[in-house]
Amino acid sequence: MARDMSDIDILKMELEQLKKEVSTPREPVSKTSKETMDWCEAASGTDLLITGVPDDKNPYKPEKGGCIIT
Amino acid sequence: MGEMDTLKKEADGLKAQIEAGRKAVNDTTMATLASGVAAAPRVQLKNRKTLKGHLAKIYGLHWSADNRHMVSASQDGKLLIWDTYTGNKVYAVPLKSSWVMSCSMAPSGNLVASGGLDNMCTIANIKGASPKTLRELDAHEGYLSHSRFLNDSEILTASGDTTCCLWDLETGKQKVIYKSHVGDCMCLAVSPDQNTFISGACDSSAKLWDIRDGGCKQTFIGHTSDINAIAFYPSGTAVITGSDDCTLKMYDLRADQEVNGYQDAALNAGVTSVSLSSSGRLIFAGYDNFNCNIWDSLKAEKVGVLSGHDNRVSCIGVPDDGLGVCTGSWDSFLKIWN
Repeated sequence: MARDMSDIDILKMELEQLKKEVSTPREPVSKTSKETMDWCEAASGTDLLITGVPDDKNPYKPEKGGCIIT
Repeated sequence: MGEMDTLKKEADGLKAQIEAGRKAVNDTTMATLASGVAAAPRVQLKNRKTLKGHLAKIYGLHWSADNRHMVSASQDGKLLIWDTYTGNKVYAVPLKSSWVMSCSMAPSGNLVASGGLDNMCTIANIKGASPKTLRELDAHEGYLSHSRFLNDSEILTASGDTTCCLWDLETGKQKVIYKSHVGDCMCLAVSPDQNTFISGACDSSAKLWDIRDGGCKQTFIGHTSDINAIAFYPSGTAVITGSDDCTLKMYDLRADQEVNGYQDAALNAGVTSVSLSSSGRLIFAGYDNFNCNIWDSLKAEKVGVLSGHDNRVSCIGVPDDGLGVCTGSWDSFLKIWN
């Protein structure tokens, strides 16, 4: 755990990780985020929190009718 | 001190190289790309149900894969399993330690996990005549901040001891230890394809891990304080983080960097919790200031607010079918909205 490690051991661990990450393949934001955006837009059509839930399909909508008698 | 300085210099050099690599592909932002997208409709969600039953602050909630049941954890020392359609409490699981910080339910619905300042992750079987403790996973050297089941025999945990861990529930032993964070791990989220998971920590970074080989594949920086909440975008290609620095960020996994930021000069409360609608378009973010703000994930604009709690919103969740969103609060109530 990082808690038990000395400062120099932490630094060595970070260094090892940075060496790995230097060669991470990176694709242009314009391509990757466009794909994410297109995915989201396609899925929005069936996203019930955007389209709204019709009353008859809404398990949380209170039952119609009935009244409270006190 | 000579060696420290040499190592530091080497690390700084590599960080600069990584920054340069990121800059080279940083040809736009998500908000710019989304400028042509129609604005999300002004989101007016109503509080449909309030689940009352806990007697103290709620610290965690997790929807069942059946989209109907949910587990919640409170420092009143109980896990409650709810039938959210009726509002009834189906099971109550008493906890040995009331200092619980998180809870989760297995996809099968058979098991629940909880843990907190006891440094343990306790697994209970809720399908017998009464809930029974199955395992006490006891190897973390710090508090348990988060857990997520992969299946009935494996669970991932995040801990204040700066590590995350994959446990084998048949043996109760650690299978893989994920070591790289230098601050308390506060949250984790599993990728839709279950090959990777992402963790957020008090070192202000989020890390992407290979579940099976334990290697840290990528590190995402930019936040200036603890990352308290994290979620995978449903496409699996991006990650949303929420932080004590009062902002949320979207990190693109293939561009290896931040591509959108969600902040407001008027907001000076830390983000405690995050959940996404089924398309990812809406980000529900709980803040220290008792509200839950709703953000358009593409255009980075605030499109709504869920207000109704009388204390901090500590946890939020959207079920897999996307039919609603549940908020849990220190005011001891859970509220379902749609």
